[in-house]
Amino acid sequence: MTQHVSASEAAYERRKTVIGVRMTVLYSIVYGGFVVLSVFRPALMGARALFGLNLAVAYGLGLILIAILFALVYNHLCRTPSAGGIPKDTPGT
Amino acid sequence: MAIAVFVVFVALVLAVSTHTSRKARSVGGYFVANSSIHWGVNGIAFAGGYLSVASFLGICGLIAFFGYDGFLYSIGFLAGWIVALFVIAEPMKRMGTFTFSDALNRKFSRPGIQLAAGLSVLVVSLFYLVPQMVGAGVLVEPLLGIPHYWGVIIVGTVVILIVAGGGMTSTTYVQFFNGGLLLTFATILTIAVLARGVHTADLPSEEGTQGLESYRFEETAIDLSGDIPQVALPYARVTGRHAVIDRHTGKESLVFYRVERPYPAVEGVDQTWSAIIMGRTVSFDSPPPDGYPWRFDQPYGRPVVMVNQWWLLDKDRGVLVETQNRTILPDGNSLVNGGPESASNRLRQMGYVSQIPEDYGESTGSVGPVRLLSILSDRSTVVQRPMHTAFTDETGEQITIYYEKPTSGDVFMRPGLMFPLEAREGEPAFTTLLNRLNFISLMLALFFGTSALPHILIRYYTVPSAEAARKSTIVAIAGIGLFYILTMYLGVGALASGAINPETSNMSAPLLARSFGEVLFAMISGIAFTTVLATVSGLIMAASGAVAHDLMGNLMRREFSDRSKVLTGRVVAIVVGVIGIVLGIAFRDMNVSFLVGWAFAVAASANLPSLLFMLFWKKTTAPGIIASILVGIILSVGLILLSPDMWARYGLDPAGAPMPINQPGIVSIPLSFITLVLVSLATQKKRPASA
Repeated sequence: MTQHVSASEAAYERRKTVIGVRMTVLYSIVYGGFVVLSVFRPALMGARALFGLNLAVAYGLGLILIAILFALVYNHLCRTPSAGGIPKDTPGT
Repeated sequence: MAIAVFVVFVALVLAVSTHTSRKARSVGGYFVANSSIHWGVNGIAFAGGYLSVASFLGICGLIAFFGYDGFLYSIGFLAGWIVALFVIAEPMKRMGTFTFSDALNRKFSRPGIQLAAGLSVLVVSLFYLVPQMVGAGVLVEPLLGIPHYWGVIIVGTVVILIVAGGGMTSTTYVQFFNGGLLLTFATILTIAVLARGVHTADLPSEEGTQGLESYRFEETAIDLSGDIPQVALPYARVTGRHAVIDRHTGKESLVFYRVERPYPAVEGVDQTWSAIIMGRTVSFDSPPPDGYPWRFDQPYGRPVVMVNQWWLLDKDRGVLVETQNRTILPDGNSLVNGGPESASNRLRQMGYVSQIPEDYGESTGSVGPVRLLSILSDRSTVVQRPMHTAFTDETGEQITIYYEKPTSGDVFMRPGLMFPLEAREGEPAFTTLLNRLNFISLMLALFFGTSALPHILIRYYTVPSAEAARKSTIVAIAGIGLFYILTMYLGVGALASGAINPETSNMSAPLLARSFGEVLFAMISGIAFTTVLATVSGLIMAASGAVAHDLMGNLMRREFSDRSKVLTGRVVAIVVGVIGIVLGIAFRDMNVSFLVGWAFAVAASANLPSLLFMLFWKKTTAPGIIASILVGIILSVGLILLSPDMWARYGLDPAGAPMPINQPGIVSIPLSFITLVLVSLATQKKRPASA
């Protein structure tokens, strides 16, 4: 068990938290933009956007693909902590 | 064949459960599978437990009926996972051992927190459980041909065996099995939809199917100049009229005419005659029983049965368009399209694409995934969406008319058909505002609800480390994201293939599968059941942990041994399972999808504020957390009970409901946050005078 958390591990956790919060905020803005457009400019959502898709479909599929992309980026960032090693899996209870 | 697949799936599930039950004797084994599940397996199990029948059948059906608005659920259901991954997953794993209330309580060690959190898990689980059980029952009727309550009882019993027997280990493998099946078969079906493409002339669903086939409605000219409208069908006459009045403008928005029309009749046995109506063989009694709306005649020397049907007036073109109807007579018997309902006379499938961009002619042939969506969202594409309207006429007949509404592609593939967001003619500005708030409220609940769902939270404890919790969440996002993209193709595929049962949107995905043959239909039907099993077992597992570990474990901390904790967990699983069965039968008419939306709202209001603030705000106090959870539960559940939808369910006028919108999230989520802040500030150690 991780009773005593080393300084580098604590820093690593803090860094992950900061990255996580920033990415959540960023995604919330993209998601919020989608909701605002849907509510106030629904006709614009029917306009052509990318690859012959309209804005609604392109944005909607984009939100799903961005979520997957963000998840992979986050995992990549978490795998390379700046200080200290990667915390090894601790055995279960 | 569907029954055979179902039996095989259930047998497999029970075999897994029996195999793993040996590991479920210890506390860790029963509640968290000894935290020894591989992150990959856990990730797919996340997907298998999270993707409920509401995601699988509900969203596909909503897309088939309402186009893009159904897909909004897909977007919201997935977006919530971002919160789960970035802020909830790892801290939850680091801070808790069995349940999320462990994590909440880690800083404070106050039994009150665990009681409140355990209570909220129970409430949310039950809210989520009811639609799943109802869904199980709704599925069995058309798929296996057995009554609704048997579906609920079978699912309930199998789930009790899974959870009470094998605990979290068997729940995990059942969810893993289901997640793999869902992803595989949704992909296969999507490839089949893309290979088929879009056809405006022929209807694929007619091929080799035995159930509800699709049908192209007839049209006929109508002359409205005289006192009595004249239709251009031989020997037909107009016998009635029904208009739908727009609530805001007071104008007639839809006009239907009842038309009596002859069909050649052939004499059968026992004073019955049969006629072919809309391609169905319909049997009529001669003479008709009292009050039954058909009669016999020989207008052109041959026996005919004169049948009443409803036609929709297309004012612009001056034509009547044939529709389907179900009529419940005052004696309770049901007529379909003017004749008695029977195994051979059922409603036909509906939906098709009547026009595609000119370059394609009548058929697109096989298309790529982007091309298909681009064709469907084109301005020159016209889709025929199934709609219905219901009314009771002066003789007490309850009539439901099913008609097709032409909708252009650019409207079909953007928000607005289910959630009216634009101001409509004559609509008060306040109504438009409420519609918009309702929509924002739903999107808010979906975004914040996912990470606070109890059957999601317990899965962070089945893996060995925080890193594994993170990785399995990423696998879940990838799997669930892929699945939600596929729902778009399944939904529009069902519409383009004429695979929609106009009476129930939930059948769209299975009927789409059937248009490709019985094997796919049987597989999809079987998977629909494993989906219910997987979600329900996750919920019951969460409820079991909440009662055994949080509620009982805290109330009798001293004398509660590990062994009796596992025993309590098993007993609770059985009790909650039985409650689920009873509620599933009692609420059989409940709409499956909106109840799930409510469960998200309750979860987001009750659990999320305390989770987030405990992690990110140092001034959070135990009373703050307890107050926030309780306020979240009471407000969200209370506002749901006072909402227009519930008012309609009580038999009252929805417009008189104290809460003007259906989705409580926009009120209850912020208030739960505010409560937490205020109570925490009021209960700091250097306590100010206020309470």
